[in-house]
Amino acid sequence: MSSAAVAGEATASRWGSVVEDWSAEKQTFHAPWGKAMMWIFLLSDTFIFSCFLVGYMHVRITAQIPWPPVSEVFALSFGGDPIPLILIAIMTFVLITSSGTMAMAVNYGYRRNKKVTVLLMLATALLGVTFVSMQAFEWTKLIVDEGVRPWGNPMGAPQFGAAFFMITGFHGMHVSAGVIYLLVIANRVRRGDYDKSGSYETVEIAGLYWHFVDLVWVFIFAFFYLW
Amino acid sequence: MAYVAIADRDHEHELHDPHTFITKYVWSQDHKVIAIQYSLTAIFVGVIALLLSGMMRLQLAFPDSFSFIAPQDYYQFVTIHGMIMVIYLLTALFLGGFGNYLIPLMCGSRDMVFPFMNMLSYWVYLLSVIILLTSFFVPGGPTGAGWTLYPPQAVMQGTPGSSWGIILMLVSLGVFIVAFTMGGLNYVTTVLQARCKGMTLMRMPLSVWGIFIATILGLLAFPALLVSAIMMTLDATIGTSFFMPAVLEAGMQNDHEGGSPILFQHLFWFFGHPEVYIVALPAFGLVSDILACHARKNIFGYRQMVWAIVAIGGLSFIVWAHHMYVSGMDPYFGFFFATTTLIIAVPTAIKVYNWVLTLYEGDIHLRVPMLFCIGFIFTFIHGGLTGLFLGNVVVDLPLSDTYFVVGHFHMVMGVSPVLVVFAAIYHWYPKITGKMYNETMGKWHFWFTFLGAYSIYLPMHYLGILGVPRRYFSYGPTEFIPESAQAMNVGITYSALFVAAAQILFFVNMFMSLRGKKSDPNPWGATTLEWRTPQHPPKHGNWGPSLPTVYRWAYDYSVPGAAKDFISQDEPAAPGAEGFDPEHPNG
Repeated sequence: MSSAAVAGEATASRWGSVVEDWSAEKQTFHAPWGKAMMWIFLLSDTFIFSCFLVGYMHVRITAQIPWPPVSEVFALSFGGDPIPLILIAIMTFVLITSSGTMAMAVNYGYRRNKKVTVLLMLATALLGVTFVSMQAFEWTKLIVDEGVRPWGNPMGAPQFGAAFFMITGFHGMHVSAGVIYLLVIANRVRRGDYDKSGSYETVEIAGLYWHFVDLVWVFIFAFFYLW
Repeated sequence: MAYVAIADRDHEHELHDPHTFITKYVWSQDHKVIAIQYSLTAIFVGVIALLLSGMMRLQLAFPDSFSFIAPQDYYQFVTIHGMIMVIYLLTALFLGGFGNYLIPLMCGSRDMVFPFMNMLSYWVYLLSVIILLTSFFVPGGPTGAGWTLYPPQAVMQGTPGSSWGIILMLVSLGVFIVAFTMGGLNYVTTVLQARCKGMTLMRMPLSVWGIFIATILGLLAFPALLVSAIMMTLDATIGTSFFMPAVLEAGMQNDHEGGSPILFQHLFWFFGHPEVYIVALPAFGLVSDILACHARKNIFGYRQMVWAIVAIGGLSFIVWAHHMYVSGMDPYFGFFFATTTLIIAVPTAIKVYNWVLTLYEGDIHLRVPMLFCIGFIFTFIHGGLTGLFLGNVVVDLPLSDTYFVVGHFHMVMGVSPVLVVFAAIYHWYPKITGKMYNETMGKWHFWFTFLGAYSIYLPMHYLGILGVPRRYFSYGPTEFIPESAQAMNVGITYSALFVAAAQILFFVNMFMSLRGKKSDPNPWGATTLEWRTPQHPPKHGNWGPSLPTVYRWAYDYSVPGAAKDFISQDEPAAPGAEGFDPEHPNG
């Protein structure tokens, strides 16, 4: 049998199993209700952030005054020459690290290692708080030192401040909500709720949300800071 | 893969068990009670919107005769009427009302998957309604920007409600979207994950399909409205310039610079066009089930009907700019959207043909729900045909912003869904209340509403072709509009007031019948699961000790060789009367 035919058969059976999943008399997704619902919510939330980013791109393209030089605005100097985007780079690093600790927490949860799960979730929450604090620092610097306001700024198009505060603010609210969410779930893990119910899937559901918020940040980073 | 129908895991999900009056009927987590709460609230605001339209009609027929309708009042009535009808009445009633009531019952589930969130959904919806109605009592009154809320005028001085009204409107919409999301996630997850044993997706009644796809549309379309509401709130409050260009406001240069009003139109209609189908798809589904039941015939082309719903849902996201032909966008853009608009007419037409073919040679019982459904087919065809005029760029340009548009969308997404709402209320009234309504009164209600709606909206098409512009407070001496147009306006107003008054029949019927004669548990001989609950009307938990098992699709009416002229979905196959399996159409 030629390799193309084998590949074709494999594709057919993959699609066959999708059709089977969707037409069988069982749950459509092999997942607990909460997890399925979180995925659907994240799909909806994706549309919210997409609309924000598309709206931002539109106002950036149609702005009548030049957009401020982003890499200069977000530069930070530690005594020497200003380093462009250094703070954002650290923030991104912190957030992506927190995704790593979250993934480990989920893993340890499924291994029923309560103590390490709680510690890793707390570490994730702490990294989240660090991220939000650095964002607060960034906002303060822009508002106090650079005079950026939602309705205008000395460097260029007024939509710069408007889009910046709106999008990073909305994302920061997601991170803050995620921190609270993680703390609530971590407390339940500590109390042993999931040993009783026999399933640590709630930790994974919280993880889904957390990874999503990180992923959104990657897009904000790419479209807002690197463009 | 392991078999994980939820029926096997029923014991894993403890039902919230209410004991007091308050937890049973006020802070209730039972999907049926929540459905009734949603419906009553939606109908209540709907009546307010109906009264507002009556005021508008009075002004149009008898300009300058009423001291209580000033120009700014008129614009506020237009805006709030449209907003309530589209979002707070139809969306909430179809999804929050019928979705909540029918999804768990028709899918054979005990409740929605997360009843507590479902309860929150209703109370947040009520909050959004309260915020909306509050805007009548703030300085300046509600916003008068038109239901599309186009900037820049929506937030500029001179537009009624530009200080408080517009902000309350946007906040109310935001709160509504939160409420809808909580409910919508429940509906979608319930359909996907919590169906009973044997209920495959291709055995679901079309009502569930319509509501399911409409909810997905809502979850993906409302984000655009939320984002535009946030941006406009920022423009109106702290002076950002997302949508607001630099323009003269009350003779002065405003504080905005470089915003893009067109961006708002794109975001708004990216929500707004799927919204049309959020209202239409549940109506399509409900009509299919009611038609099949009262024609004692299986729905024609079940699989086509399902795929048509899915196709319409997908296509509805790529037609939005046909609302914007006159916004000055690139003509090639308009060409693309005209094409997609005509393509979406294909699955829609398939559905209409299939409804008609379902009636063909059926054993038609002209009961009240059936009358309303047949009425719907008429109004929907008329509204759909005028949609073809407006969907084409060159025909749309002269008709844009005239009464032709008003006639079109009232016919297709005003009258049509409302007729289905009435059909569905009459059809499921015995299930919800356990009582039977008064048939004669229902029939009078139908004929007044159906013929009355035609006498209102058909003349509007003619006015539109004459060029009468919409959203005008009064016309004054306008040369191109003949005198007779005003006579027609008077006639339309009489019809509108008459139809509005005729709705009293409906309310009287519904209230009086609560104390009327008891209904049979399955008065129509319907096949779907909700008619097979152990109690009538169904109690909390729906199914007694064990969940039902489904053996067949929802349309086994008049099966040759069967003992009755219908076979319920949970009846095992009898020899010689297996019925039809849509998954194996050739046996």
